[in-house]
Amino acid sequence: MRFSKAVRWLGAIAAIASAAAFAQAPVEVSFFYPVAVGGPITKIIDGYVADFEKENPGIKLKPIYSGSYQESITKALTAVKSGDPPVTSILLSTDMFTLIDEDAIVPFDDLVKTADDQAWLKSFYPGFMENSQTGGKTWGIPFQRSTIVLYYNKDAFKEAGLDPNKPPGTWTEMADYAQKLTKRDASGKVTQWGVQIPSSGFPYWLFQGLAIENGVNLMNTAGTETYYDRPEVIAALQYWVDLVKKQKVHPEGIVEWGTTPKDFFERTVAMMWTTTGNLTNVRSNAKFDFGVAMLPANKQRGSPTGGGNFYLFKKSTPAQREAAFKFIKWVTTPQRAAQWGIDTGYVAVRADAWDTPAMKQYVAGFPPAAVARDQLPYAKAELSTHDNQRVTKALNDGLQAALTGAKTPEQAMKDAQRESERLLRTYK
Amino acid sequence: MTRTREWLYAWMLLLPAMALLALFTHYPALANLWHSFFSTPKGARPAVFVGLDNYRNLVEDPIFWQALQNNLWYALGTIPLSIVLALVMAIWVNGRIRGRGFLRLAYFTPTILPMIAVANIWLFFYTPQYGLLEQILGVFGVPSHNWLGSKSSALPAMMVVAVWKEAGFFMIFYLAALQSMSPQLREAAAIEGASRWYFFRRVTLPLLMPTTLFVLVNAVINAFRLVDHIVVMTRGGPDNATALLLYYIYEIGFRFWDSAYASALTMVLLVLLAGVALVQFLFLERRTHYQ
Repeated sequence: MRFSKAVRWLGAIAAIASAAAFAQAPVEVSFFYPVAVGGPITKIIDGYVADFEKENPGIKLKPIYSGSYQESITKALTAVKSGDPPVTSILLSTDMFTLIDEDAIVPFDDLVKTADDQAWLKSFYPGFMENSQTGGKTWGIPFQRSTIVLYYNKDAFKEAGLDPNKPPGTWTEMADYAQKLTKRDASGKVTQWGVQIPSSGFPYWLFQGLAIENGVNLMNTAGTETYYDRPEVIAALQYWVDLVKKQKVHPEGIVEWGTTPKDFFERTVAMMWTTTGNLTNVRSNAKFDFGVAMLPANKQRGSPTGGGNFYLFKKSTPAQREAAFKFIKWVTTPQRAAQWGIDTGYVAVRADAWDTPAMKQYVAGFPPAAVARDQLPYAKAELSTHDNQRVTKALNDGLQAALTGAKTPEQAMKDAQRESERLLRTYK
Repeated sequence: MTRTREWLYAWMLLLPAMALLALFTHYPALANLWHSFFSTPKGARPAVFVGLDNYRNLVEDPIFWQALQNNLWYALGTIPLSIVLALVMAIWVNGRIRGRGFLRLAYFTPTILPMIAVANIWLFFYTPQYGLLEQILGVFGVPSHNWLGSKSSALPAMMVVAVWKEAGFFMIFYLAALQSMSPQLREAAAIEGASRWYFFRRVTLPLLMPTTLFVLVNAVINAFRLVDHIVVMTRGGPDNATALLLYYIYEIGFRFWDSAYASALTMVLLVLLAGVALVQFLFLERRTHYQ
């Protein structure tokens, strides 16, 4: 008898539980976030999730920390192929064409209904939207975005007789300063290089800065053409190669992206190009007075944007999409965009975030934080095309060939362009 | 009747291993061959039969040829060196010397470390200017060199990492073989007046042949299989100078999402390794003396 009683109890509990579940039916929204588990950023994200769920009891957010950007896109696309993708995800803004070609995502336009939504969509910096829109539709919402800036060692500037408050504003100035900043010991060995631009992994991104400064971007907005062999682009590469081979003020061969900040801390280089995302790192590790500046101009100023966007995956219910959209709007309000920028070093993605009291106070105490913002009006879309990774690799290989002296800049860029045209011919 | 029973018994014993092999090795290999004759499905476009197109692309792909060539150099550089080094180390730590246990541990440590950790350590060794290697060479007045950043030295630098990682592992096998060798052989040789070198050449080395064959098979597999350090240290750069075959397959398959072409490349790797294994077993097996 005891047994049947227990069964009856269990039945009753199950009935109540299912009724409760039915009454609430929380919408579950899974999202991939590109960071390794346990970092300081996961705490911030977990905090957002908890706050959002408190305000929206009907929605259950499930953040999945998916490693680096590269690992995240791999996981997301594998999940799409196996039929179980996340509802939303933060992935590189340059993955847009890849995701569209895989038929993995939907544009945000159908969800943007009210005037408020329209205004929200218009609030983002246009520089960031270039990588988020194509064919008249919005496929990505900027979240953690960055640009390239120039960091320089003020102490080294003083030692070389340069004004520490006047960073190089043009290409010629950067080359001249680098000359003065390069130090050699008695045997002619360099102990401090003038400048370094990393060229491992994704040299295209840093090179894009040079190309934009020389007047052209590397591709069209439809993602079907590249301009690797334009004379301006070849001249930009020539400038980089000359810093290495002719002026000898930039380290030889391939400069590792990962160790570049360390090179800067160890004072083996006086000026470096790297992402704004390194700002917090440099601030806490540089044992000398440092400055942050916009990239130098040639025909114009310029830098590519970088970083991650929110995407909405196609295989999701309308309720899930609505819920994800609600979260994306919630997390990109001016206050949160500002706080996110302060906490992480990413560039706050909308202009009004910079007018919030918290951000104003932060910038007043740490002016270098505003350099990325001031550079944004000159920022252009990061290189992104159909079959993106391959088209980009063609350029990366060409750049590395030129920097290691295997090819002339002209030859390297012509080869890269030929390869890219071959890859893109089916998308025209 | 008993014959049938025995026969059945034998097959029953073989079944679990065979089922696992068929499921995780033979079926994937055949499925892979099948996929290599189709195009890559993309979004709404399903895969279509393209015959030998993927293989034709492969023949025309300069990076594939470079990866293959790199891999052959890599195998030629790492396999003999790590085996010889393993043998020398095993003979050394097999002798009666002080601190033997510590020495064995030191040689074996690289094997215990995960390749990703190893790669990160070596990344620091190779860093220009303040890296360990540069600091040591700087003392002798050797000019600074960007080891991973120039096309000529990047692949050899990768080989050094692989040899460092593998030699200790192979040493363990040689050490085990040396210790199982009967001391009577040495005594007999001593009575006959054989020199140490003669004894090593005519007795030790032939008796180690089964171990050498085993180590060789493993070394060949690893030369084509171990690419973790490439991912961490160079990502195949500069300009594909360190692109090995498996790394290139990963890049095509999981960065470019061209799974059909990756299948064709995988077939090349499969045929290559099967061929090497066949030669090893048919040819070397005959020349190996098992005790």
